[in-house]
Parts: sequence; structure tokens; C-alpha cells
Amino acid sequence: MQVSMTVNGEPVTRDIEARMLLVHFLRDELGLTGTHWGCDTSNCGTCVAWLDNEPVKTCTVLAAMAGGHEVRTVEGLEQDGRLDPVQEGFMQCHGLQCGFCTPGMMMTARALLDRDPDPSEETIREALSGQICRCTGYSNIVRSVQWAAAHGTTAEPEEPTIEPAGSAS
Amino acid sequence: MTIAEERKKVDHVDNDQKPLGHGRMLRKEDPRFVRGLGRYCDDVQLTGMLHLAILRSPVAHARIVSIDTSAAEAHPKVKAVVTGAALAELGLAWMPTLSNDVQAVLATDKVRFQGQEVAFVVAEDRYAARDALELIDVEYDVLPPVIDVRKALAADAPVIRDDLEGKIDNHCFDWEAGDEAATAAVFERADVVVTEDIVYPRVHPAPMETCGAVADFDRVEGRLTLYSTSQAPHAHRTLYAIVAGLPEHKIRVISPDIGGGFGNKVPIYPGYVCAIVGSIVTNKPVKWMEDRTENLISTGFARDYVMRGEIAATRDGKILAVRTNVLADHGAFNGTAAPVKYPAGFFGVFTGSYDLEAAHAKMTAVYTNKAPGGVAYACSFRITEAVYLVERLVDCLAYDLDMDPVELRMKNFIRPEQFPYTTKTGWVYDSGEYATAMNKALELAGYEELRREQAERRARGELMGIGVAFFTEAVGAGPRKDMDILGLGMADGCELRVHPTGKAVVRLSVQSQGQGHETTFAQIVAEEIGIPPEDIDVVHGDTDNTPFGLGTYGSRSTPVSGAAAALVARKVRDKARIIASGMLEVSVADLEWQKGAFQVKGDPGRSVTIQQIAMRAHGAGDLPDGIEGGLEAQICYNPSNLTYPFGAYICVVDVDPGTAQVKVRRFIAVDDCGTRINPMIIEGQIHGGLTDGVGMALMEMISFDEDGNCLSGSLMDYLIPTALEVPDWETGFTVTPSPHHPIGAKGVGESATVGSPPAIVNAVVDALKPFGIRHADMPLTPSRVWDAMQGHPLPPI
Ligand code: FES
Ligand code: FES
Repeated sequence: MQVSMTVNGEPVTRDIEARMLLVHFLRDELGLTGTHWGCDTSNCGTCVAWLDNEPVKTCTVLAAMAGGHEVRTVEGLEQDGRLDPVQEGFMQCHGLQCGFCTPGMMMTARALLDRDPDPSEETIREALSGQICRCTGYSNIVRSVQWAAAHGTTAEPEEPTIEPAGSAS
Repeated sequence: MTIAEERKKVDHVDNDQKPLGHGRMLRKEDPRFVRGLGRYCDDVQLTGMLHLAILRSPVAHARIVSIDTSAAEAHPKVKAVVTGAALAELGLAWMPTLSNDVQAVLATDKVRFQGQEVAFVVAEDRYAARDALELIDVEYDVLPPVIDVRKALAADAPVIRDDLEGKIDNHCFDWEAGDEAATAAVFERADVVVTEDIVYPRVHPAPMETCGAVADFDRVEGRLTLYSTSQAPHAHRTLYAIVAGLPEHKIRVISPDIGGGFGNKVPIYPGYVCAIVGSIVTNKPVKWMEDRTENLISTGFARDYVMRGEIAATRDGKILAVRTNVLADHGAFNGTAAPVKYPAGFFGVFTGSYDLEAAHAKMTAVYTNKAPGGVAYACSFRITEAVYLVERLVDCLAYDLDMDPVELRMKNFIRPEQFPYTTKTGWVYDSGEYATAMNKALELAGYEELRREQAERRARGELMGIGVAFFTEAVGAGPRKDMDILGLGMADGCELRVHPTGKAVVRLSVQSQGQGHETTFAQIVAEEIGIPPEDIDVVHGDTDNTPFGLGTYGSRSTPVSGAAAALVARKVRDKARIIASGMLEVSVADLEWQKGAFQVKGDPGRSVTIQQIAMRAHGAGDLPDGIEGGLEAQICYNPSNLTYPFGAYICVVDVDPGTAQVKVRRFIAVDDCGTRINPMIIEGQIHGGLTDGVGMALMEMISFDEDGNCLSGSLMDYLIPTALEVPDWETGFTVTPSPHHPIGAKGVGESATVGSPPAIVNAVVDALKPFGIRHADMPLTPSRVWDAMQGHPLPPI
């Protein structure tokens, strides 16, 4: 079947099997591999992206169900070359280690901050409680979200702290 | 509270104890991860790539009568279907494990655990591959399984490993440490002996990324490129050369970004071998990614020790000896990843942090119809089990002596002047200041105030518990005279190249799974050679581009590879000094190192920077006699001993008297890992390990029914802590450098996973003191705590 949707502001159309999950559509069809997959039972949250501004587990949504809707993934967080404060916060507060849960955590955090710009620690933990991180023990994730809250909901031009590691020579 | 205040509250950082060089530097790997641009195994897409799925056994023990693959082969999108019989023709049906056992790649004769690999399909897409699995028809002749480890050696137990010549029982190996007779003599004359049966249940590391591989075999060149979720790419390459008979120089193993490992990604799994075979038979790149159920039911589990522990002491609390008898469940194949001479890993450090007169451990390991594995989940080669045993025993002793658990520990610690300290099981602890760390934890926790609060709450009928644990780990395997894996010495190479403009690249044999090596190794080299860490690129995870070494597990990266990085940098610096002496026209002895430059002694105006030296090393000008151009070096570091990090942990829990739900209210962790490279990264690793501890102590367990069905095959059944189950961690530290490590650092990645379970269990048992409970086994779920409160704390298996 043919499905069309908007992903990170870009219209896309693909021919897919009706049973294809949104997570596989994003990853395999569109090459947006920032959205991860980590379980068979909708428990881990590594697959979280937005469907019409709501964070959803994309392993639990058929790509066909997203037809005609707007999807936003981790790749869409950075705007005009500026990192979202959530992204900056995760770097500043060591909110990630292996980075596998991170896109999902950041998408949920962004949605939370859009609703509640100054959430309590309890609210942040609650918001993230459908997702698992096996590396960080959550304290630094909570701090990363607090950092983002303290630094505004629109990206300010933060000095990039460290350049990405380049390729080997 | 501002973030800055919040940070202060939690970190308890002693700013006078400066970490190495660039300290809390932000991570170099993060810019790609926060953009969703990490490259994990499943992100690898190659032209023409096919997808592989594995058919697994639905039963724990059965003879395979027949396999019919015709319907699967007829599926229009299927490119290949391979069974054990087909692999047997290629001599690939069995592969060696890391413990000198063999494991079936695909079952030929019998299946020996639920989830065992039986056949695989390669198809055009991942959905079609899974569809085709449904079309394979396997007839099984079901056999009685061995599930209860205590019955594995019964005379009438079915023999699982009849593939092994002459095997007539389920015995796997025996192991022993310490002096049995001397220990018995001490127990004989002790005032007090406490005996407890203690189970460390089977758990699973369950990293968020499951295991997988993309194999790409180039038929013309005879060259295999394997992207895989491997914590040890070099060791894997050598094993593939041995298993598959491919020449080693034609194999390239690439470990891309890894979504957590925790020991789960040390062994070679049948799936990796299947992917390689799939690529060879289809002549196309082939991807295999297991699903979560496959990960939980078939890949390396951890623990599964049934222990009887005994501790002997004087009436006033001087601990004299410990001994234990362990029954170890190794599953259907001995897939333990541990140094060959250490089949029980480093369980021998079960004497803990105490000065004892004698110790003895005896272990019997058996086969059962469960998945293989054993050493995983940040266990530092079974030190989790060892520390849990001794720290529970010490608390049981404190209970019987009616003594404060802190006082009892303080009284028995190995004293600073006793280091290096040889334990009764032969381990040489390098350095320690145990009482200092303990005092620090007491202070951070406000221990006395907590005890007062507990007394008040108890008087009101509330169940508050305070748990204390102290651990010593042995990490950084290891000296090659003692330690090897399948004959490969556990040393690590490191190569450093300084480019003409003074930028550098350091190549490692260890493999980050989130530990931040791209940052910390740049910091180590920066500290030694004075080039800023931003100018140092760290390359790892590619056997074609890094020197040989055994990889990252058992907290060995900093103790072994970190030492290699420091030493290779010193080697480059030594060469730089000679070149500098030529540039400044003074003798080498007249130069002093000023972190980044050589300066003529007593003449600050005359100096050359490392960047200037690098340009000269590659330039057209003359170099001192006998000095070749270029500025680079390579070494292979063979550690002289392990490093022995330690820590004092205090946990505060509240148990709901109505529901038996345990809530971890506070957790204070004071760790000593010697010289600290990047405190931010250390704390992060501690936080993660403490969360593992909450999981193991309260939630996680891989369990089976009597038929051998795994009951924990999804994240709905295998519970991992979320942000709601853990408190905001409170960390502190002391610094006792390792005397033999070049920068005094010790491993730390697994410390918290080792030290936290006993602290949490000790806290829960302490909370249950009004019920007269001395011990209760993990996982302390509400129903198990409830049982304990009713007076029957049952073992979990
Ligand atoms: S993949 Fe685990 S919740 Fe979606
Ligand atoms: S950073 Fe590894 S799972 Fe969260």
C-alpha cells in the first residue's frame, strides 16, 4: 500500500506492506536510524518519536496509521543548525552513556517541557517512566531535563562545547 | 533549587582532590548521539543486504527427529534455509565456547535449552525472514529436562551432554580455593559460627540494544567484514579464524557504536556464525538482529549460584574465617567468558575486605537445560557473587552477635599498612584505605541520625532498614602468565601517532559500549603528552585499524588499556625529548617537561612545544643521530597485577507493612578507584551500576517452570528499574592510587553492580528485623518480602 506523511517537516511517500511498523518505516525506509528498537512488548521506549506532537512508541504504531499525520524524530530536534536545549542538556549533564535510549528519552523530555516548562523532579521521572535506560541510573537524565528547562524552550545559540570526534586519520 | 546547587548536593565532590588533567570534560562522543547519528549495528545498511532470522527450540530438551524446510524454501522472498545438518557438512555445526567447551551453532542431534538455535532463514526483508520460520516443520522427541540445579547430579537425571564422549552425568567442573583443613581447624575453635544458604538467582544483562551482526563475505577476495555487537572484536576475529578456518588477515571485525554491553556482548553467539554462513551461501551481505525475547532466553545469562556460606568469629566480633560450598548452574553449554585458569571467575575474592586467618571455597558446576553463559552483567568475573556472599554473611554474623554492622566491619578491615595484602585464597590486593572510605560514607549518610530515625519509626510500627556493604574488587585481567582466554593472553596494545601539525590519533584494542573511551583515553594521552584532548582522536572497534587486545569487560579498560595509553604516550614523549634536545642544542638531561613543551632547565625562554617537535619530527631538518623521522609508538601492555578498587555503600529502604513493597529511599556510594580520570563519567557509571543493583535485589530474575520454559522472556516479565524505582544517587569518593598502574588508576565500571545488591538486601533484612529475619533471597519482590514477613523466606529456586 502507499502511505504518505510528513516527517520532520518533509513530505514522504512510500509503498509498503500494510503491516509495517512505524519504527521500521522510519529506520529502514527513510534511513532515520536515530529512532531505535529495543523490545517486542512496548516496554523499553527506545523507539519513541512524535505523532502529531505526542510522543508515541513507534514499535506500537503501524506506518499506515501515521499516514496523513506529522511525525517528528530525534533527527528533527536540531533546528537550523541549533541544538534543542534538551540535546544540549543531555551533553552538559552526562545524560547518556551508550546513547541507545537517548533519542527516545529526549523526545519525551521535549514533549514534557512543551507542556510544563518547569517540571519537578517527580514529574520528570513520571514522564520518563515508560522508558528504560540501562546505563545512566536516571539521575543525570533528570538533571539534563532540568538543565533544558532552565535554558528555555527555544534553542539559544549555545557555544558548542566540543566538536564531534572526527574520523581517524 | 538550581542545577548547580542540586549538583553540589548529590556529588559531594571534594574539590581539593583533583582528578587527572582535564577532569570533568564533556564527552566527545555525545554530539553524534544526541543528534540520533550514532551508528549501531542495526543501522548498518549495505547494498543488496538480506535479513536472517533464527528458528529456536520451543522445548528445553528433545531429540530432533526431522526437519522439513521445503515450504520455507518455496517462500518467494527466501534466499536460503540452513539447518544443523547442512552446517555439519561444512564442519560448522559446533563451535568452541570461551571456556573450552563446545556449543551447537545449530542443533544437530538434540536441543538442550528452550530458545536454542535450530535453523535459520535468509530472506529479502526482516518480515519475510520471520514469516518463513513459521514454515519450517521440526519434529521433536521430547525428553525430560534437568531444571532444578540441585537435582542435576541425581543418579537418574537425564544426561544433557551426550554429545561429549563418555559423558554419563551432568557434571561440568569442580573448583576449589584456600585451605580446607586449616579452615576447618579455625571453625572448630571459633566461639561463633553462622551458616546461611544464599542464592544469587539467574539474571540477565539485557542491554537496550540486543545482539546482532551484519556479515559481508567477499567471495573474490575471500575476505569477511563483520559488523557485530562485540565487546571484544580482536578476540572474536581470532576465534572466527579458528572456527571458520578463514585466514585471520582476511577477517575484519567492526564493532560500531554499541548500545550497552554489560558482558552480554563478550561471547560469540551462534547468530553471529549464522550471519557469516548466510553471507557465504547467499553471496550477499546478511543482517541478523535478535529480538528481545531471543536476547533474554538465549544469550549470556549471569550468576545462578546456590551457595552455602559459613563465617566463624570470636564472641567479640573478630572474624576468623569464611568458607562456602557452591553449586553453580552453567546451563546446557559452558559458555562462561573467564580466563581459562579461572573457571569460577574471580570468585576466590569471597574473603572480602577482611583480615582473616583462613578461607576455603569449593564449587561444583553442573549442566542444566537452560541457556549458557554465566559471566556477564557487570560481574567482574563472578565478584558480584563473591561480594554478595561475604557481605550477607557478615550481616548475618552481626545479627547473631547483636552488633552494629558498621562496627563489625570496621573491626575486621584489612588495615592500610597491611597492603599489599595476600588473601587466604591467594589474591594480592594492591592498596586500600577501607576505614577512610567507610567513615566517609557514614558521614555522607548521617548514619547515627539514620539509626535514631529508624528506632523512632520502629516504635511506630514502620519498617525502615539501613543496609551497609563494603566491597573489594579485583579488576583488570590480567597478567599474561596467569590469565588467558583460549590461549590469548589478556594484554592490550595501544598505538599513538602524532601528526606533523601536532594533532594525534590513539588506537585502542578495547571497545566502548557507553563508557566514553573516546573522551577518557584522549584525556589520558593529553595528560601525558600535553596535546589538548580535543586534538586527540580515539579509534577503536575495528580490527583493521587498531592493535590487538582482548576488549572491554570485567572493568579492564582503564587498568589494562588505560595503562597502555599512558605508557605509549610516555614512549612518544621520550622520543620527543631527544628531538627537542637537537632543536634546542642541549643535552637531553638539560631538558625538563612542562606539560606540552620541553624547556631548558633554568631558562624558561628556551623551549619547544610538542607541536613544534612534531613538525620537526616530520620535517626536512636534521634529527639527532639514530633518530628516525615521525612521532609515533606502539606498545602492548601486560599488567603485573590486577587493580583492587573498593567502596562503602549505605542504603536506606522503607518497606510498606501492608503491601511488602520495598522503596529505596536513599543510596550513598563512596567509591575508591584510585586516580580519577573523568569524575563525571565515573559517577555516571556508578549511577548505572547502582540501578542494576536495585534491579537484581528487588526485581530481576530469569526463572523457569519445571518443563524448562523460560518465564522471563520479555521486558514485561523481566523487570528492569525505570526512573520511578530508583532514588537520586548520592556519591562520594576517596583516592587510593594503585601502586603498579602507571597513572594509579583502577577499574570502576562494575563496582556499583558488585557492591549495591548486598547493601540493598542488607537494608531490607534490617527493615524486617522485627520479624526475626536474618536472611531473605533476591529478588525481594513484594510477594517474596511478604513471605519473609510471614516467617517463611523461601529461596527463589
Ligand atoms: S521498541 Fe521497546 S517500546 Fe518500542
Ligand atoms: S544510555 Fe545506554 S541505555 Fe540509556
